[in-house]
Amino acid sequence: MTIRFPLLSALMAALACGPAAARDNLQIAGSSTVLPYATIVAELFGENFDHPTPVVEGGGSGAGRKKLCEGLGEATIDIANSSSRIKQSDLDLCNANGVTGVMEVRFGYDGIVFAALRDAPEYAFTPAHWFRAMSARIVQDGALVENRLRDWAEVDPALPPQEIIAFIPGSKHGTREVFDHNVLLAGCKETGAYDLYAAAAIGDEEAVKKEAEKACLDLRTDGLAVEIDGDYTETLARVQANPTGIGVFGLSFYQSNTDRLRVYTMSGVTPSVDTIASGEYPVSRPLYFYVKLAHMGVIPGLREYVAFFLSDEVAGPDGPLADYGLVPDPELHKTQAMVAAEQPMEPLSQ
Amino acid sequence: MTQAPAKSLLVPDARTRARNASERRFRLMGMAAVAIGLVALVVLLVSVLGNGLSSFRQTYVTIPITLDAAVLDKSGNRNPDEMKKVTTLGYGKLMQTALIAALAEKGVDTGDLKPKEIMGMMSKEAPADLREAVLSDPSLVGQTITFPAFATSRIDGYFKGRVTMESAARDANINPEQLALADRMAAAGLIETRLNWGFLTRPDASELRPEAAGLGVAILGSAYMMIVVLVLSLPIGVAASIYLEELAPKNRWTDLIEINIANLAAVPSIVFGILALALFINIAGLPQSAPIVGGLVLTLMTLPTIIIATRASLKAVPPSIRDAALGVGASKMQTIFHHVLPLAMPGILTGTILGLARALGESAPLLLIGMVAFVRDYPSAPPEGLFDPASALPVQVYSWTQRADPAFVERASGAIIVLLVFLLAMNALAIILRRRFERRW
Repeated sequence: MTIRFPLLSALMAALACGPAAARDNLQIAGSSTVLPYATIVAELFGENFDHPTPVVEGGGSGAGRKKLCEGLGEATIDIANSSSRIKQSDLDLCNANGVTGVMEVRFGYDGIVFAALRDAPEYAFTPAHWFRAMSARIVQDGALVENRLRDWAEVDPALPPQEIIAFIPGSKHGTREVFDHNVLLAGCKETGAYDLYAAAAIGDEEAVKKEAEKACLDLRTDGLAVEIDGDYTETLARVQANPTGIGVFGLSFYQSNTDRLRVYTMSGVTPSVDTIASGEYPVSRPLYFYVKLAHMGVIPGLREYVAFFLSDEVAGPDGPLADYGLVPDPELHKTQAMVAAEQPMEPLSQ
Repeated sequence: MTQAPAKSLLVPDARTRARNASERRFRLMGMAAVAIGLVALVVLLVSVLGNGLSSFRQTYVTIPITLDAAVLDKSGNRNPDEMKKVTTLGYGKLMQTALIAALAEKGVDTGDLKPKEIMGMMSKEAPADLREAVLSDPSLVGQTITFPAFATSRIDGYFKGRVTMESAARDANINPEQLALADRMAAAGLIETRLNWGFLTRPDASELRPEAAGLGVAILGSAYMMIVVLVLSLPIGVAASIYLEELAPKNRWTDLIEINIANLAAVPSIVFGILALALFINIAGLPQSAPIVGGLVLTLMTLPTIIIATRASLKAVPPSIRDAALGVGASKMQTIFHHVLPLAMPGILTGTILGLARALGESAPLLLIGMVAFVRDYPSAPPEGLFDPASALPVQVYSWTQRADPAFVERASGAIIVLLVFLLAMNALAIILRRRFERRW
């Protein structure tokens, strides 16, 4: 009984004075796709600088941006990682909470690959294949009909006869946006479904476009298109349980698991750091982090961390991030100059 | 009226047989239920131990390294602040030279491997460790030291059977020639797999160096949270129970409080996380990822458990004890603190430890307060350290299972083993306390 009370009073004292002490570590949160890159940089930063290692949290792009916009001060985060571009709604929230200067930093690209287990057959995909396999409705004899294809050979006789089952990212993933836009929508236009949707839609040009695009992204609901809301490890587990299944992964995840997975070409291009950097491989997206400029110079190490992240030795083609699967940004020097000038982002043009 | 047929007591009739049969069936069902439970436990333990035990062993490359003063300390002052200018890249080059020299000296054939590929068998953590060692002891510069460095997770996996020549042929991160060289190095005594205390003491590591990841920060974070929970929930819980059980009038209000405490014990833990985010972080302004916030959430979660256990053990103290104390002139206070509470202590402690054990394994509320994070710096000693960022054991398991590199699967299972050992130890302590001190009337 007697030892509890000193401990309690010590705790009370700590409670009273603790939060007043300045925070000396960076707080970063956001996209689980950017998380491994951010941890790699944080680790190197902690090792080679006099600042403590930044604390990096996952939680998803949207959650990270929301946290960034919660306000200013030590109880809020300094950087939000994001695998998709910030939205106007986020910026509105930022403004409402007094977070005015936000710097947008694009540090590289991430490829999105289609892969299956090692002993699966060979496929050569195009966006049209994926649209015909995944969409709710497909074009048949010039009309839209419900998608009843169950076999890849029915999608295209050139593909091996194997039951369709695909594990695609769920709608909360940044990856899904790219899949929707660069694969499904491209396939929709290629197969002519887009024009049929557009012809059926009513309203002005803008409304027709919106309606048709939305209809293009409707997925079939008979269980052959499986949305995975977890991370790539879950997709991998599902593919292992369904050896005929095809999964959608990030390039870096595939590169860590090349002994178990084989990757498929898209429009004849094999995904790799080089083909994505050159723009030949069609399914890739930029990766961002957003920096709260008001914390620059206040939270120790923030300026150094951002500069270090973007330095050639880290984010460049021979750096540790590229080793892990990041596609380096060819315009890295522009970003470096922007970061050195601490230039807040322009309003989104929409 | 006909006479009933004579029945022998020795021959069971139809009804007796049916009753006996139903008893046998029930017995079998019970045994089957126990067997299913046991099988599930065995499967769980076998899979966790099978996957995780290997994480306590690690493959090291032990080579002599000459710490060249011309590279590491150009000014020659042995001043750590100046020596910090040499980054891990500089130490990496030094290590590569030392590794190639050691291979040549032992006469190990390196085949057609390029120096970069040979260095690729070493962990990226190794140069950082070397730098750390030199900076903490600058007098090492100029000497030749024998330095055990981590091998990469793929080499480690090869010696543990996770990586094979066939898988290496398809693997972008390792090739079979490197594995063959690793075999020759093992034969020459340069590589060995041995116990890795670092798994318990080192901090987390990034995806490029799974071999260096450890549970140090997570264990500290969990320990800090348990201190907060113990220090807050035991006095508050015991005080609340004593008041409710011994002093409070029995009326509608106390009934309401009682029902609410019972309900709180059943509230899903994630709800407490949402509460903590709003209350402790957004309103009180406590830092994110800090054990103090985690401890406060878990305190809220544990309090009902402790109150219920404490009230039950206070109730179990016979009224005659109280009557006797009051009868010889003790005050109500004296009765409680001198007689009732000491007798109820074993029950209270048991309840507290079980509550703590539950709190230790809890991860859901910690998700929301930023403890599922990559934290590499150890928190300082309490009480200040309670405000430093830290991780916790269950969330470390969670974040390792999400990593892409297969080596983290092994480490996640290893972390589960550590967590299970802690839980078993706490439950064992609870049983011992109960056996030792419990009194029956």
